[in-house]
Amino acid sequence: MGKTHEIPVVWLQASTCSGCSVSVLNASAPKITDLLLSEVIPGRHINLRFQATVMAGSGDPVVEILDRIPKEEPGEYLLVVEGSIPTSDGGLYGTLGEEPMVARVATLARSAQAIVALGTCASFGGMFAAAPNPGGCISVGDLLKREKIDVPAINIPGCPPHPDWFIGTIATVLVAGLDAVETDEHGRPLRFFGQLIHENCPRRAYFDEGKFAEHLSDEGCLYELGCKGTITHADCPLRRWNAGTNWVIGSGAPCNGCTEPEFPDLISPFYVRIPEEALLVPPPRKES
Amino acid sequence: MRTVTIDPITRIEGHLKIEATIDGGEVKEARSTGTLFRGIELILQGRDPRDACRITQRICGVCPTAHATASTFALDDAFGIADRIPPNGRVIRNLILGCNYIQSHVLHFYHLAALDYVDVTAVASYEGTDLGLLAAKAFVERGALGPFVPRYEGDYRFPIELAQTLAGHYVQAFDIRRKAHELLAVFGGKMPHNVGIVPGGVTQIPEIDTIAGFLWRLNEIRHFIDNVYLPDVLEVAKHYGDYAEIGAGSGKFLDYGAFPQEDGRFLAGGTIGMDLAAAAFDASKITEAVTHSWYEDDAEPRHPTEGKTAPMPTKEGGYSWLKSPRYDGEVYEGGPLARMLLSYARGEQAREIIDGILSELGAPASALNSVLGRHAARAVETKLVADAMADWILELAPGEPVYAPYDIPDEGEGVGLTGAPRGALGHWVRLKDGVIDHYQCVVPTTWNCSPKDDREQPGPAEQAIVGTKIRDEENPFEIVRIVRSFDPCLACAVHMVTPRGRPIGRVAVG
Repeated sequence: MGKTHEIPVVWLQASTCSGCSVSVLNASAPKITDLLLSEVIPGRHINLRFQATVMAGSGDPVVEILDRIPKEEPGEYLLVVEGSIPTSDGGLYGTLGEEPMVARVATLARSAQAIVALGTCASFGGMFAAAPNPGGCISVGDLLKREKIDVPAINIPGCPPHPDWFIGTIATVLVAGLDAVETDEHGRPLRFFGQLIHENCPRRAYFDEGKFAEHLSDEGCLYELGCKGTITHADCPLRRWNAGTNWVIGSGAPCNGCTEPEFPDLISPFYVRIPEEALLVPPPRKES
Repeated sequence: MRTVTIDPITRIEGHLKIEATIDGGEVKEARSTGTLFRGIELILQGRDPRDACRITQRICGVCPTAHATASTFALDDAFGIADRIPPNGRVIRNLILGCNYIQSHVLHFYHLAALDYVDVTAVASYEGTDLGLLAAKAFVERGALGPFVPRYEGDYRFPIELAQTLAGHYVQAFDIRRKAHELLAVFGGKMPHNVGIVPGGVTQIPEIDTIAGFLWRLNEIRHFIDNVYLPDVLEVAKHYGDYAEIGAGSGKFLDYGAFPQEDGRFLAGGTIGMDLAAAAFDASKITEAVTHSWYEDDAEPRHPTEGKTAPMPTKEGGYSWLKSPRYDGEVYEGGPLARMLLSYARGEQAREIIDGILSELGAPASALNSVLGRHAARAVETKLVADAMADWILELAPGEPVYAPYDIPDEGEGVGLTGAPRGALGHWVRLKDGVIDHYQCVVPTTWNCSPKDDREQPGPAEQAIVGTKIRDEENPFEIVRIVRSFDPCLACAVHMVTPRGRPIGRVAVG
């Protein structure tokens, strides 16, 4: 047995609901305990140094981890950021270890080997950057631009992101490096976000035939009830959620478009039909 | 005299700081600080009211379902359809929320609280064949121990074999809480942030195969609750018996009750004290003070529907983004302990189970107002809810409606009150011109971790810390054990009342 390569990971939660963390806890193969305890890729173990939801320590000893790692292990660690970053009033709307989150994220980002913006808030601003954006929240990408930090970053959006999207991306980085992750123009891995929900939706035939649900819980395509599957990139219909148990449209609910940069402001109201001119697919057949 | 600052308090939801002033080994003063502001109620203003039950879930990724529940209750009320929800819709909503209770409580005991009691490095000498423990042993042998160290050192009391067993349950409980979310997704679509609960009911019609699948997924979890979770809580109680005398809060408790049945709610609502005299609650007696919160000062505490607040992060005398909710001007604690005391007083199944636990531990009922009491109440509640769900799932009528169509009125007001896993959760909504004019949430952790109010009364968690003897100021186990016994959820707790009449344009696609 060769020596295990320990990859340090720092996972910071900024302006978040912690739903991304909870979603990753829902990983089924590999499970979260496989990720935490075992060599998730043979010979490689994720050494999770800081993750506030699961870590044992509190207070000064754990803040010390954040203070030391950029100085002692620059270029070695992966930084995972969950949540958008509050910037109003110098960042006083969000503090961690008695320091504004914006300063913590910037310091850790500057010396990271690579950055994963986990969830739609970190990727694009998301829910807490929604109008009128009371905390002045920005995405990780915008922070990197603002602070002129040139460290490679990947966006894994979703509110929350599917655990497979995160673990699959991390595994790719561990095996083949960050450059091996092909992304779209929004920095999303094509492996998971390369197709529209609509392209793989089991209710697609209803759309093509113009058979629409009139009310929630009805049969038919949910387009008239506000479904955003026609403009949303993700593999939910194929991958399904919670170990394949179900998924949004599978439960009769319209897709909320949560993996898109426009979530939530420009993609809501959630239960109102999007205009045909906004569709990324041919419009449905008209009733004759 | 010295002040110990713990920032961040980890293994909770959200961002919390605790400062404790210690003199002669005893806490003389404690300050609980919510360190993140987001303002989701301001974000709701001007939006399609139906979006509230999706958006408010993003207040908290651990208990989103409770927000979806409170939000739909408020919207049902505002839309005038609260009495039209089909029985299937009511039952499935309860099942979805019940899954959230199970997930939240199991996660709390094992993954948020247990590391304060169990030395997981005890697995180093494990000799058995349990897969999870063998993985943990290999992990310890490799030597890179993040995220399990650093930690407070010293007061881990379990003998090594029991510590190993409990470490194995820590690993197993990750599977159980995951399966509780899978159970939720059967009708909720996905989790976190379910899509099934909507105004008017739910989105998915139950069929016989989904009902059977749900029941047997649930039964596996119930087996764990009965044979692992409840016994493990008793083990903690036996080895940390002094924590039945540590962490008493204000001694006044409040909850709204949860899980509507055809008649009343399965978990009782009301107010109660340690004398077990229960009373009905009156929502008009709820007020919030901002004296020590980072919001502009107000003349007097206001009812949530009348709230007036503006953020002021540099305010003198302010020390938290949390406000101070009070009931009838007094400090009340919410959560499973409040609900179990109320259920106990109603003389139900809860009484039998709680009396059994107290008698096994040889403890009086007064011991419930403590760190251990909160953990025990949470475990008992998990059992009560999970067992009831096995009955509820069989009440569903396959193929029958789950949803009542409705029109959105231009004007309307609604209140949605529910017991959430962490305590009393209220949403208040007002509609104008068919969109949200005002939205307000008062959430469990705001009650429990609130700062001092206008009368300088400390919040429940602050009261629970004050007077505690700290054995080792470098490793203040007592403080984090007390705080975590409340299962704080700071993401929920920090919110903001919308200033009246501030115009925000309606956002549309296209």
